[in-house]
Amino acid sequence: MTQINFAYLNEQTKRMIRRALLKAVAIPGYQVPFASREMPMPYGWGTGGVQVTAAILTPDDTLKVIDQGADDTTNAVSIRKFFARTAGVATTTETQKATIIQTRHRVPEHPLTEGQILVYQVPIPEPLRFLEPRETETRTMHALEEYGVMHVKLYEDIATHGHIATSYAYPAKVASRYVFDPSPIPKFDNPKLNHCAALQLFGAGREKRIYAVPPFTQVISLDFEDHPFEVQRWDTPCAICGSGTGYLDEIITDDAGTRMFVCSDTDHCATQAALKAGPNAA
Amino acid sequence: MLLEVKGLNKRYEGQVACEDVSFDLWPGEVLAIVGESGSGKTSLLKCISTQLGFDSGTVHYKGADLGAMGEAAKRELMRTQWGFVHQDARDGLRMGVSAGANVGERLMAVGERHYGSIRQTAAEWMARVEIDPARMDESPRQFSGGMRQRLQIARNLVSRPQLIFMDEPTGGLDVSVQARLLDLLRGLVRDMGLAAIVVTHDLAVAKLLSSRIMVMQKGRVVEQGLTDQVLEDPQAAYSQLLVSSVLQV
Repeated sequence: MTQINFAYLNEQTKRMIRRALLKAVAIPGYQVPFASREMPMPYGWGTGGVQVTAAILTPDDTLKVIDQGADDTTNAVSIRKFFARTAGVATTTETQKATIIQTRHRVPEHPLTEGQILVYQVPIPEPLRFLEPRETETRTMHALEEYGVMHVKLYEDIATHGHIATSYAYPAKVASRYVFDPSPIPKFDNPKLNHCAALQLFGAGREKRIYAVPPFTQVISLDFEDHPFEVQRWDTPCAICGSGTGYLDEIITDDAGTRMFVCSDTDHCATQAALKAGPNAA
Repeated sequence: MLLEVKGLNKRYEGQVACEDVSFDLWPGEVLAIVGESGSGKTSLLKCISTQLGFDSGTVHYKGADLGAMGEAAKRELMRTQWGFVHQDARDGLRMGVSAGANVGERLMAVGERHYGSIRQTAAEWMARVEIDPARMDESPRQFSGGMRQRLQIARNLVSRPQLIFMDEPTGGLDVSVQARLLDLLRGLVRDMGLAAIVVTHDLAVAKLLSSRIMVMQKGRVVEQGLTDQVLEDPQAAYSQLLVSSVLQV
């Protein structure tokens, strides 16, 4: 253990990532290229997020890691353990107690506060990729603010499904300038990005890109005047905690197709269940 | 004057593509550029429409020097005041999205954000180029060659451009489809007062569409003048050869 540097990466690598992060914060939504390293995990498991977390982690930080909202799934558990071992930092599952939250595809339900940092794992950082495969061309389009093609995608959704069917990785415009991909979070979470008190950092390891949304920055989801942006809604509250405020996952419980809807944010679910049970509950 | 080209030169690694080409284009005028394969006509079209850089010479659009214009301004021109009809419709269309989205793209690019009105305009334009608007949600992959070409034209004209570049617009289509497309193009050009530069190797296309013609050989303009005049009474040896090689039925 003693040979491994604090938070796994060497100091030169962290400096390189921090430089990219500073640039990303200075230009909200702009994808900054960085020299992404090989990490001891496969691409697609959060190599980008892990590198960002490693670069910003200090010994005093408290880390929370979630995967689709849950603290107890493989990806979340292994990354949390990774930093507990390589950095010796405190870990938590409670959103309020964390100073850094690394997330795969969800934003915690509990409102984030100033001083907190949310680190997203990003598979494909380029929102224009769907319609324009050439990287040289998408960079030019970002540079010249040519985002008409983004609406072509939404138009196709409405023409095919009657409504905007894009339900995750929903494109948004940051600070009235760059259109960005908020990683595959459900569009339910998009409004939470707008004027969020916490610093939001996005790391894409395979694609070697870092981008950021600084605190209290405007994030507007794209839409049409006659088909405004809308988030998902459910008819029933969470089957476990009874809360109707969070994003719900559909869970198939048997082979007969019985299903239940439960909170995807496990910390939120536990908090709500405890509230409901009251202070006298065991 | 809409377009003014002066002394344009373009070489590919020493190989001459265009040499000392100069011409003017006035609003509402259709100019045909004819010549055999490799005579530099497509290179010339690409140079003028800023898709290709050139070695020397100047191109002015409405008095503005295209060489001194920034990338952003050029692309803005390309998607608002200009149109480009490719020989192969697949180069000019987005094959992955529906016909309606193809037509509506330019509207969205200039900031139209009302789905209903984008759709309505797209449907109107599809009807105008004789494609059943009921097929607007289909992919262009399901369209025939002639329909794709008409769709490409609608996609370009939706922003009501003033100048349209066409590179062999009827290439690869069979004769009856060609005739219909030419008829449609002639009508649209007249109704909208469009100026156009049409590159073609087919003298019949030039005769039908254009008022002026430019004959190119080995990168040089060997003759230019009124279409009827040049085709009826070609002066340059190469033009004479070209006119006399047209097949008669």
